[in-house]
Amino acid sequence: MAEHAPLSLPDDPQLVTNITHFARALRVAGLPAGPGRVADAIRAVEAAGFTNRADFYHTLMACFVSRPEHRALYDQLFRLYWRDPRYLEHMMSILTPQVRGVAEERQLRPAEKRAAEALLHGVDRDVPDIPEPKDQGTEIEIDASLTMSREERLKTLDFEQMSLAEMAEAKRIIARLSLAVPPLKSRRTMAAPRGALPDWRRTMRAGLSRGGEMTDFARKARRTRCPALVALCDISGSMSSYSRAVLHFLHAVANEKGAGWARVHAFTFGTRLTNITRHLSQRDVDASLKAAGAEAQDWEGGTRIASCLETFNRDWSRRVLGQGAVVLIITDGLDRDAPQRLERAMERLHLSARRVIWVNPLLRWEGFAPKAAGIRAMLPHVDTFRAGHNIAALEGLAEALSRPGDVGEKARLLAMLR
Amino acid sequence: MNSIDEVQAGLAAQGYVCGRALATVVFLSLRLGRPLFLEGEAGTGKTEIAKAIAAALGRRLIRLQCYEGLDASSAVYEWNFAAQMVAIRAAEADGSADKDVLKRDLFSGDYLIERPLLQAMRPDAGGAPVLLIDEIDRTDEPFEAFLLEALSDYQVTIPELGTIRAPEPPIVILTSNRTREVHDALKRRCLYHWVDYPDLERELAILKARVPEAADALSRAVVGFVQQLRTEDLFKRPGVAETIDWAKCLLALDVLELSPEVIADTLGAILKYQDDIQRLQGSEAKRILDRLAAEVPT
Repeated sequence: MAEHAPLSLPDDPQLVTNITHFARALRVAGLPAGPGRVADAIRAVEAAGFTNRADFYHTLMACFVSRPEHRALYDQLFRLYWRDPRYLEHMMSILTPQVRGVAEERQLRPAEKRAAEALLHGVDRDVPDIPEPKDQGTEIEIDASLTMSREERLKTLDFEQMSLAEMAEAKRIIARLSLAVPPLKSRRTMAAPRGALPDWRRTMRAGLSRGGEMTDFARKARRTRCPALVALCDISGSMSSYSRAVLHFLHAVANEKGAGWARVHAFTFGTRLTNITRHLSQRDVDASLKAAGAEAQDWEGGTRIASCLETFNRDWSRRVLGQGAVVLIITDGLDRDAPQRLERAMERLHLSARRVIWVNPLLRWEGFAPKAAGIRAMLPHVDTFRAGHNIAALEGLAEALSRPGDVGEKARLLAMLR
Repeated sequence: MNSIDEVQAGLAAQGYVCGRALATVVFLSLRLGRPLFLEGEAGTGKTEIAKAIAAALGRRLIRLQCYEGLDASSAVYEWNFAAQMVAIRAAEADGSADKDVLKRDLFSGDYLIERPLLQAMRPDAGGAPVLLIDEIDRTDEPFEAFLLEALSDYQVTIPELGTIRAPEPPIVILTSNRTREVHDALKRRCLYHWVDYPDLERELAILKARVPEAADALSRAVVGFVQQLRTEDLFKRPGVAETIDWAKCLLALDVLELSPEVIADTLGAILKYQDDIQRLQGSEAKRILDRLAAEVPT
């Protein structure tokens, strides 16, 4: 509503206070209950009356909840709060210092990070983190006499063979990478002198200014739009060093400025599927991946691709694959589930997505052959099959995406299957 | 409709059986003049409620079906260019082509084609119409942003004519199947309700209201089977619309009792994905029937 009627508060100021406090409790719990919604809620309670507890529940729900996943949270808080507000106040007063503590830490971080690092040097932090790879080999001395520049050498170095320092360097390069968007034709149009469609409205207006004489014929053309990208990233043991690099890459793609993908949805899977999309929106790549790492519980475990894809198809595909989304699936295809299930799940995924791109780090070996059952099951149901084991391959991926007919290595490997 | 009970009764009179939660938000939306945002799986009666409200209040229902790339010319208004062209030629032919007069005449109401949003802003003798904006998740963000403006002021601006403001705000109902998240800014201006699958008793009541000619035993069996089906691991769970369709199919086939063979023959009415149908063919349907028979001794 643009204009709000002045609030005529109910006679019972206690109720208004209570609703306000209730909104505060919702806010702490993570529901977007802003002051506008509080005013709405008070007005709604006024309209519906305050007689029936169930009606009161539904009334506040209609005002404060706008996502199905918030319903359970609202339900819990409602029960807690309207039984005895003081109880919840008490609980909040216990909780709040912690919540505030986290927020303050986050704000101070840029300034204090270095100081904290100095103080905490060598101390293990207990915050769950994406496990960093252990640096097994000794650090490779980079010979200045190499003909390749340091950056060039890094670009072709396998992620698995990188030392910690090289990985850090690689991440910096990855942060600058982008993934070209294959534009889709939209049904919207824009003025274009050589467009294929007639623009009657502009023609008419131009004609009128000349007293009805049509001299020019205005045209318009289809606008293009950017589809969404849905990335499914394998984080099982066999993929560990790649998935970390790929997540860095995804973070870079998701936070790219200007005309990028309409949306980037990211999921990780090992033994179960985890949606890490909202963590990718954090500016700082380390904080973002840390949060994602805490959310996904199955790092470096086994792989159950088929069951994870089935979960994705059932719970998420209808919500994220609409409007021409491109699916990027990053896995080595080594699966413990039955290959028939994997084939069915892949087929369903392929049918619901505009384009499925499979990035497989195993492809880096010259003699790679699709022997594993999982790979044989997945291969027929992807559009493009590419390697993703180093930075150069990730760059190649960006290039491949901008070519609509690109199939990568799929044709060659399919021929080997026959 | 002056209370939640009246809303519930009024909708029931139109054959729409709804729970207390939905009745509450409908009442609030009518009372506060707020758009109602209904989200839920396909076939749970989101579109139907708009029809029921319009019928219960005796208002006109204006429906705007959303699709990708929906723009102002198909949602709000468009000029009738062919007619304008004819008018220009006619004016030229009888030599009365005065530039200013022509301009004023050509961009008047005579040549305006009104689309649903503009129609809903027009005064109506029977009271403000019900505007149903169906499947908003199918449009794109630019249209959402446009709606945001139209729905907050209930007015649209046509450059050649000026601003048209609704004398009485229409009753607006938006639905979404959640194939993508609608922006929070739009949701914030609406009352939100997630339309869930009904429970057994309510679904029976719905079926009774919609397919009154079905026998009691058959209705009970159909609803029981569909309810059980929703707990299975399916790609697309059947909605209430499917239940009603299926009951009608069974009636048309003169079926009195569910059997695995009948279910196999009519599965297409409730399940719309080959994977799901395959799952249910063979012993699976019989297993569900047996379990139902065990639960309800007949």
